Amino acid sequence: MSTDAFTMEMLDVWKRPEPPAQQVETGFFTDTTLCIGCKACEVACKQWNQLPGDGFHWTGNSYDNTVSLSATTWRHVAFVEQFPLDGGGNSHAPRWLMMSDVCKHCVQAPCQEACPTGSLIYNEFGNVYVQQDICNGCAYCVVACPFGVLDRNREDGKAHKCTLCYDRQKDGMTPACAKSCPTESIQFGPIEVLRERARKRVEELHGRGETDAYLYGAEASGEYSALNAFFLLKDRPDVYNLPEAPRRPVARMRSNYLSSFAAAVGLAVISAFCFAKGDK
Amino acid sequence: MPGLGTSLGRGAATSFQEDLQNSDCILFMGSNMAEAHPVGFRFPMKARERGAELIHVDPHFTRTSAMCQQYVPIRAGSDIAFLGGLINYVLKNERWFPEYVKAFTNATTIITEDYKDAEDLDGIFSGFDPEKKSYDQKGPSWNYEGEGRMHKTETPPEIKVESFSQRLSALENPVPPSDPELKHPRCVMNILRRHYARYTPEMVAITCGCTAEDFLRVAEKLCANSGRDRTTAIVYALGWTQHSTGVQMIRAAGILQLLLGNIGRPGGGIMAMRGHASIQGSTDVPTLYDLLPGYIPQPAAMRDHGSLEDFLKQEEVRHGYWANMPKFMVSLLKAWYGAAGTKENDWGYGWLPRLDGNYSQLPTFIRMAEGKVKGLFLFGQNPAAGGPNAKLHREGMRQLDWLVVRDWFEIESACYWYKGPEGIDPKTIPTEIFFMPAASSPEKDGTLTNTQRLLQWHDKAVDPQEDCRSDLWFLFDLGKRLKRLYAGSELLRDQGLLNLTWNYDYDTPPMLPDGRASRLPDEPDAEKVLEEINGYTVADHRPVSGFSELKDDGSTACGCWIYSGVYPREGYNRARERKRSPDNYTSPNWGFAWPRNRRMMYNRASADPEGRPWSERKKYIWWDEATRRWAGVDEPDFEPDKAPSYRPPEGSKGMASISGDSPFIMKPDGKGWLYAPAGTKDGPLPTHYEPVESPVANPLYRQRENPTVELYDCPMNAKSEPMDPDYPVVATTFRLTEHYLSGPMSRFDSWLNELQPAMFIELSPELAEERGIEHGGWMVAWNKRAAIEARAMVTRRVRPLHVEGRTVHQVAIPFHWGFAGETVGDMANDLTSIVADPNVSMHEAKAFVVNVRPGRVEEHRDAPLPAAPWPEYRVAPSVPRSAQPEGQEE
Amino acid sequence: MDRNLFASRERALRNQPFSPNSTEKGPRTRSATVVPSVCPYCAVGCGQLIYVKGGKVIDIEGNPGSPISEGTLCPKGANTFQLSVNPHRIKRVKYRAPYSDHWEDRPLDWAMERIAERVKEVRERDFMERRDRTVLNHLTTVASLGGATMDNEENYLIKKLFNGGLGILPIENQARI
Repeated sequence: MSTDAFTMEMLDVWKRPEPPAQQVETGFFTDTTLCIGCKACEVACKQWNQLPGDGFHWTGNSYDNTVSLSATTWRHVAFVEQFPLDGGGNSHAPRWLMMSDVCKHCVQAPCQEACPTGSLIYNEFGNVYVQQDICNGCAYCVVACPFGVLDRNREDGKAHKCTLCYDRQKDGMTPACAKSCPTESIQFGPIEVLRERARKRVEELHGRGETDAYLYGAEASGEYSALNAFFLLKDRPDVYNLPEAPRRPVARMRSNYLSSFAAAVGLAVISAFCFAKGDK
Repeated sequence: MPGLGTSLGRGAATSFQEDLQNSDCILFMGSNMAEAHPVGFRFPMKARERGAELIHVDPHFTRTSAMCQQYVPIRAGSDIAFLGGLINYVLKNERWFPEYVKAFTNATTIITEDYKDAEDLDGIFSGFDPEKKSYDQKGPSWNYEGEGRMHKTETPPEIKVESFSQRLSALENPVPPSDPELKHPRCVMNILRRHYARYTPEMVAITCGCTAEDFLRVAEKLCANSGRDRTTAIVYALGWTQHSTGVQMIRAAGILQLLLGNIGRPGGGIMAMRGHASIQGSTDVPTLYDLLPGYIPQPAAMRDHGSLEDFLKQEEVRHGYWANMPKFMVSLLKAWYGAAGTKENDWGYGWLPRLDGNYSQLPTFIRMAEGKVKGLFLFGQNPAAGGPNAKLHREGMRQLDWLVVRDWFEIESACYWYKGPEGIDPKTIPTEIFFMPAASSPEKDGTLTNTQRLLQWHDKAVDPQEDCRSDLWFLFDLGKRLKRLYAGSELLRDQGLLNLTWNYDYDTPPMLPDGRASRLPDEPDAEKVLEEINGYTVADHRPVSGFSELKDDGSTACGCWIYSGVYPREGYNRARERKRSPDNYTSPNWGFAWPRNRRMMYNRASADPEGRPWSERKKYIWWDEATRRWAGVDEPDFEPDKAPSYRPPEGSKGMASISGDSPFIMKPDGKGWLYAPAGTKDGPLPTHYEPVESPVANPLYRQRENPTVELYDCPMNAKSEPMDPDYPVVATTFRLTEHYLSGPMSRFDSWLNELQPAMFIELSPELAEERGIEHGGWMVAWNKRAAIEARAMVTRRVRPLHVEGRTVHQVAIPFHWGFAGETVGDMANDLTSIVADPNVSMHEAKAFVVNVRPGRVEEHRDAPLPAAPWPEYRVAPSVPRSAQPEGQEE
Repeated sequence: MDRNLFASRERALRNQPFSPNSTEKGPRTRSATVVPSVCPYCAVGCGQLIYVKGGKVIDIEGNPGSPISEGTLCPKGANTFQLSVNPHRIKRVKYRAPYSDHWEDRPLDWAMERIAERVKEVRERDFMERRDRTVLNHLTTVASLGGATMDNEENYLIKKLFNGGLGILPIENQARI
């Protein structure tokens, strides 16, 4: 890199470019009843983003050998074999659940709240995006994410996760995973359209007698916001390794501060008491 | 593909994948479609979302099973018992489609009284010669009443001639004696009823290891979803073909679909899901020893094929489309030998080699192991890891004088001389080996024929690097060099080569799509080859518009008649056409489907005998009285202006013999063959035989295995005796979505390797407990041929089965590993044996026996290649930094 | 709570610190040469689009135009880029002499000529014109295996050259049934 270019790059850091115009908010609806577990999404993501292979570790955990989302795996297909013992009474029929997991692109994202550098932003599509030219690798976001999505790359030290193919969306292209998905298990589009479609899909499945179908993250619940990448599931969230009630660290900040403060006061009183006693 | 050819006329999937969305029910059997053909599986998923029933019948629960409403586990190799049970259910409960069956099939045809069924002879049919282990092909014993007087020379059983004249039984009378009332005891329908009467639900349960209730649910779903208003499709793949009874499994599916009236109709049909990008093409064009392009038989020394006239007389089919064969044969010879082929020299017919035995892959490698083959060309195939009894294949290759490997990577078949479980000392291998790096698909032009007979052109995007060249270049260049080496020879045997037309150079220097000039101007022009395949008029070298223009007078040349029409005029390559038709789901302008762009074959059957759609819901092709032509969404697979009322006049020949209500135009009687009077070497009706290696007796007949199976007994190909107590476990091989075949196209790729990084074997918790095998631990599977180790995948997706009153365990073994590549593992194909189906020399990898134990195998192990986590370059050229891939900064 | 969240999100979306890279972001395929292709793996026949820039393939993905695949691919199809642009690919002719324990580099032209000579040598020796009085006109000691993964045109030239030209009979691929 020439000196000039280097200077320009240094100056870039201080430039505040004009932000892009707001666009319709987009997201993913992942319908697990349509997932055939082919993992096209995993490879299409690696191909588009040129992510490295993570090494070869056979887990024996059904057909899941990539284990979890990571800095270099941004789509991950979970496999759950449910084969009740013969004569298991009223348990459901044998089934093999498959789900393509991804960054949830939370409407109110703890990672974004935790990021001290402004690297993590909501981009013009409302997607949660790590700006690689800003990230300093502090990893606050890594601990803040209740889904374990964010991860720091050992090579460059920065935090990486699904970008929802920000680059592709800039030209109106569908994200690589959704485009490749052979069975429309992964659907991409304006988030309001997806939420409406998902609600109809659940109704339809209930009408067919599949009453265990429900949406995960389509709406805010408890202390957590809605997700812009939400799921249609057929069993409890923890079966798919998703938290039943994700937590947002900021939401507890006030009570945490209060309890810390109370604890500090308490400790001070106790130690004062001890010291006072020791004086005797 | 005689399984489909014998029943219906052509050896190819009857329909197209997109049409599966119109099915009301789909039976997957012998196919793991969701895993092996995930994108094709979109259409069954669409059908399911529209309310269709999906059923999977398979030895183990796969990702396909997970998508189906019903899964039925069966013992590997018991498929004909299950299908026979379905046929019996349909017949016994009178659930067949009477109008369809009576008009469009040979149900009413009367069979000669010489015929004796397997029911009468306890598992064999009349005409069996126990010495030769084959059926007499000459006699009339399976034929239609009154046929069989027209004697032709016999083809010895060792030749797998896929000759249509033989298969079609070259009928003398295109309207054979029949009984429309189906009362005659020797009419096909009654023979069928008797043959399958004992295939009851209980017998199915005993043989297959499923429950009678599960079986009955399947049968009921198929019947409820067939008829005027509803259609059922059957999807199969290698799970049917790789058996010693594979052809008959497919035949059984044909019988069932004909009885239910599901062939040639939207949402119906039999989808053969083929394995490779152009496996259909390589059968059509073909790279097979016994066929010339377009399913014309290779001349044989032991048939009366001396002159072209003899050949044409021997292979003559008087009735149906094959009556045109002389035109196709002469045009082929003109395409090959050009001006040197004249009427006087039989258009060069004399230069063609003559068959005198079975030169298919398996016997060839056995001969190779005996040192009888000197040189071998490998084009993108990996017998050292993927051949059945791969050990024997490797042994064969070690005997070669020379070997040419054309591939992209150093696959097992390129490094077997210094790697492999045998721990080979290279200094003992005499073979001179040439590794010739091949171009990959983005680096060359050409057509691939997919599983639905669709020819699609792929454009060359960039030049291959360094010494990498297309296979087309290799052959073109080798041909030029050989012609030079033989130049001037007067010997008769060299005239074929010297006269071979060989002009495929570009007329102008080739350009790449981005506007650059190709650095390889000596690559041949693939479009010129396609033009020759399409055919042209000899005088002015203009493309013919289709095979109906071909002549037998030497005025036309055509490399493969069934592909004729793909290049109908200069500059118009229909395989390269990529237009969608918004209101026609058959997409007639996307690629080119043989024959003549018909997307669904036998589609005349989508209308009733009078030419009216069977129902509004299942409308496809119909007779339009106003225009006096067939109309609809597809090209009719019928003469476009032949009225339904047409009846052949006395003495007619060729297509004139086919009546207006006979949809199966490749058959001399125009009918779908429930009963096959010819065309299969192991019987006119599918019959349950046990796999060659099986732990149980045949519950139906005393004749245990296919009486005509070829065993290739030799020390390296040892097999277990029936019910061998040392090997009580049934094994079947299978495919994973994440890998491809023996691994050349997936185990050098980190993005795929990480998804399935190690060889494993699936087994039930019950078997694991019995043998002390732990989930995730090492286990050994062995039989008389080899022992392999793998990680144990203990899963309830594999169930112990109750067969003939006892428990039979099964294991499922993926066949994707070998000793080359980034991930290595033992080879499933070291366990499989060389036995061959009598019709097509197909081996039996889907059902054999092993035993299992915990632990590992002591043998030589090669280290995997160091993983390449990324492709060759990950910074895209000419792209700004802000648009570089996001994955990781350089 | 919901309304608050909504308001804060509105605010958040309006006021984000976009970096220079983010504002300039775009797909690398912008203005690339797009070449239609077909997936080389299985027989489904999915359509592919190959994106070329600077004389190199930079991306391979599904072709939305294809009636079969409509832009989708399976994991193998999605891997086609790595299959083609792969550091394990062998790009020079490799030659192994009889009884040798290593590969050697040889020029392409030399190897082609040598192969042609070896074919001729076997053919001269083993070609069978007839057995007794039966015409055979064939060569059975040279075999060719493969074709199912290759283009029709390539299959055609194998059959034409080896069978129609040289008289070789053992020409096979996997497509037996």
